[in-house]
Amino acid sequence: MGIEGIGARVTRKEDKRFLTGKGRYTDDMVVPGMKYAYFIRSPHAHARILSIDTAAAQAMPGVIGILDGKQLLADGIGNLICGWMIHSKDGSPMKMGAWRPLAADTVRYVGDAVAIVVADTLGEARDAAEAVVVDYQPLDAVVEAVDALKDGAPQLHPEAANNLIFDWQIGDASSTDKAIAEAAHVTTIEIHNNRLAPNPMEPRATLGIYDGAEDHFTCYTTSQNPHVARLVMSAFYNVAPENKLRVIAPDVGGGFGSKIFIYPEEVVCLWASKKTGVPVKWTSDRTEAFLTDAHGRDHVSQVKMAFDADNRITALKVDTVANLGAYMSLFSSSVPTYLYATLLSGQYAIPAIHANVRTVYTNTAPVDAYRGAGRPEATFLLERTVETAARELGVSPAELRRINFIREFPHQTPVIMNYDAGDYEASLNAAMAAADWNGFAARKAEAAGRGKKRGIGMSCYIEACGIAPSAAVGSLGAGVGLWESAEVRVNAVGTVEVLTGSHSHGQGHETTFAQLVAERLGVPIDNVNIVHGDTDKVQMGMGTYGSRSGAVGMSAIVKALDKVEAKAKKIAAHLMEADESDIVLENGELKVAGTDKALPWFQVALAAYTAHNLPSGMEPGLKEGAFYDPSNFTFPAGCYIAEVEIDPDTGTTDIVQFVAADDFGNIINPMIVEGQVHGGIAQGIGQALLEGVHYDENGQLLTASFMDYAMPRADDLPSFKLSHQNTPCPGNPLGIKGCGEAGAIGSPPALINAITDAIGTNALTMPATPQKVWKALQSAH
Amino acid sequence: MYATSYHRPSSISEAAALLAATDEAKYVSGGMTLIPTMKQRLAAPAALVDLRHVADMKGIHIDGSRVRIGAATPHAEVAASSALRSACPAVTVLAGLIGDPHVRHMGTIGGSIANNDPAADYPALALALGATIVTDRREIAADDFFTGLFETALEPGELVTAITFDLPEKAGYAKFRNPASRYAMTGVFVARRGGSVRVAVTGAGADGVFRQADMEAALAGNWSADALSGIAVPSSGLLSDIHGDSDYRANLVKVMAKRAVLAAG
Repeated sequence: MGIEGIGARVTRKEDKRFLTGKGRYTDDMVVPGMKYAYFIRSPHAHARILSIDTAAAQAMPGVIGILDGKQLLADGIGNLICGWMIHSKDGSPMKMGAWRPLAADTVRYVGDAVAIVVADTLGEARDAAEAVVVDYQPLDAVVEAVDALKDGAPQLHPEAANNLIFDWQIGDASSTDKAIAEAAHVTTIEIHNNRLAPNPMEPRATLGIYDGAEDHFTCYTTSQNPHVARLVMSAFYNVAPENKLRVIAPDVGGGFGSKIFIYPEEVVCLWASKKTGVPVKWTSDRTEAFLTDAHGRDHVSQVKMAFDADNRITALKVDTVANLGAYMSLFSSSVPTYLYATLLSGQYAIPAIHANVRTVYTNTAPVDAYRGAGRPEATFLLERTVETAARELGVSPAELRRINFIREFPHQTPVIMNYDAGDYEASLNAAMAAADWNGFAARKAEAAGRGKKRGIGMSCYIEACGIAPSAAVGSLGAGVGLWESAEVRVNAVGTVEVLTGSHSHGQGHETTFAQLVAERLGVPIDNVNIVHGDTDKVQMGMGTYGSRSGAVGMSAIVKALDKVEAKAKKIAAHLMEADESDIVLENGELKVAGTDKALPWFQVALAAYTAHNLPSGMEPGLKEGAFYDPSNFTFPAGCYIAEVEIDPDTGTTDIVQFVAADDFGNIINPMIVEGQVHGGIAQGIGQALLEGVHYDENGQLLTASFMDYAMPRADDLPSFKLSHQNTPCPGNPLGIKGCGEAGAIGSPPALINAITDAIGTNALTMPATPQKVWKALQSAH
Repeated sequence: MYATSYHRPSSISEAAALLAATDEAKYVSGGMTLIPTMKQRLAAPAALVDLRHVADMKGIHIDGSRVRIGAATPHAEVAASSALRSACPAVTVLAGLIGDPHVRHMGTIGGSIANNDPAADYPALALALGATIVTDRREIAADDFFTGLFETALEPGELVTAITFDLPEKAGYAKFRNPASRYAMTGVFVARRGGSVRVAVTGAGADGVFRQADMEAALAGNWSADALSGIAVPSSGLLSDIHGDSDYRANLVKVMAKRAVLAAG
């Protein structure tokens, strides 16, 4: 692998600027004449806008313009859309209500944008915003999805009767029902998956710049996929045609999915820049982030799992209600459907599965993909159900999983997915050994002597990454293809630029992508520059989410490198008067195999650009592009074990051990992979123990700051014991599966299984706060 | 934040004069509550008079059994005081549990006492130790000082300059942190001097910090955690929020009281 190639623990190239405060984020951008925006937002969860009076505010110091939804509508700016069409089981298309970038007549959640104030300073914009009088007629609000489906519930959108967006199903209902009816044992459980706020460290921001001379827009924004942002803003929102709109996502401080989507603010700031004639910058504050960043999760599911007399799973039936909030965010429909129900087979051979999913409008922030996006919901449901079944059946949780594992690949599940490779028992065995599972009874007894209740729990997760084969997702309703692009530009001196459609917002692409080039071309990673995040620089690309940048983005780079290498070999063969098939690229040299003839890499690159002596008919230059469309999803999997001690006096959970045994396929940089797992587990622990978005019954957000929304902190986390049992992915050239979300997917059920094991009761929802655990203990006794 | 003017006096009299000179002026010490409130535009003082550079309001002095902590002394200084740690370790423990290092280096004891946040730690200390709140006008017994949520006996413009108290024979503090804010969801400070015991509870009371009379009586007769076992803490009058309802807080009052006694030794 070399010291900088694939598999090396190279420290991150990008960290020097991040750790010295030299990152270049959207809010750092300053352009001549730039002014500041403040959004006026609805304080009501549901209300009709009767009037907006800006007269006094317009006259205030520094005010450049105050624009509202009626003006936006008049200028033909389009509605925000959901780009993945789902059909209900009756064949009807999903019922998408109108989402105006600035609400024109009705507001549907607290934080819904109503108007934008542009002023010389942010303070002046806020001052003026306070002088704008918006007359609201409050309407009844509904917060919980299950309540929104009830007769007489407040209605959000005329397009969606009973607030139902779609009623979708997957799998075979009749064979599932038959297996349940004939089962030796059926485990029945209700599963809640709590709503989460994404909270990337960098809040969302955007800078809209309209150049009247060129009739051209530039949008700096905190995006995970600037090209998708440009496409959507051009094709659907009518901001500007693509050739008149440049989108730049510079350094981005975390996304976790929440920066995939196009939000009202980007669209409005671009439009406002044209209206006012000045560049318009907006940066979210933390409370705006809590109010308006797309939330994650929020499912309620009824589950039945059937077993035969040998404890083999014969069927799984799931009925889920998913809360999508007040509007359908960009990919919201795909999360509780194709990213969720297709994973309900887990690591198990289940002959019959049926899942029904209803998605619902409520007067809450929109819900969309958040780290894991559907797969944590599937894993939590499945692993809580299997654990509960093991307790009911009186078998060890490891044994019940083991006898149901899929052992032959490829494996076709009843819910679309075709698993290509894996070794679930290897991860289970590794995790149990690392956790000293067999020594648990002694540890539990020792803890009991100290007055603590000790519990252990496992979770065997599978997820689908590498999204995704474009034709396959197209057939399932996706409005885009999910390939990736790359261009490899070798400069005349042999240094390399890689232009990628992937976007790094914490993943370390500047390092790992450079390692791939170092591995292939033998150049030092310092001679490799990774270019991303600018639609004017980089060819069309699909961006980063769903742990896809390694499996899909790097595969595109591999394809481009293949072409570069082939051309370089042709040039080298010509220069050394050898046969092309005898040229090998090793240690930065192009050699004639079996001889001492060699040319250093830079000489071949130089030859390509001087073009003094190229093979007949060859074009000068050494620059190649490629698009890679995956043939299948990838399937990272693993086994996580959590061991906890509960303080019965307070209900406090102390995580005394956490083991993660993962199969990510081949790994480019183990240090970065471990960092991804650490971060993912931290977020999983956050979901399991700490985090939860709370609205009151009127739709007011109670967790609108870190004073009330409990984010995991260093002292909430144990040290993690990590290991890898990798089976290479057969579906892509590097054998990569993806590692970005696994930690957040696998950890919550392991923790809740451990806590419920400790306290001896199964009824416990996330987050398992000290109060909830204490109350569960009180009712258990 | 609205525009405001900032003043940095170096004496108590200068501070008082500056405050009086501007309508709607406010003292700011560490600013751990006031500054975020101003950023949210929920407070808009026309002037801020910064107390952190008034020498007479800083420092820790122990004179025999009497302790005096200047109001502008930051929590970190109290937490790190070796003299206090040997004289009354519960005080340093409490200071070390406030917020995080940033907060402890900015926030001050006087600010905490004067703000009387129902989840702040220092009010429990002041009440349990029977402290005296020294102002630029008078001395106020802690029993008379804390009058309700964010309410104190301070008159408009009155400035807390120091907190004084007699060293107890035994004292202990136990705190259950709110998982989000890390403020006290329940904090109990216990102190004993001779036959007199005080138990002060913060974080749990709907009206702010309070003394728990049943526990004081039980501990006066038998200074041990077991003495609290039979006490039923009523949930009435306790806070309920998304982190903990009044039943849970009632439980925490008892558990933290026991742990405070154990910590006191």
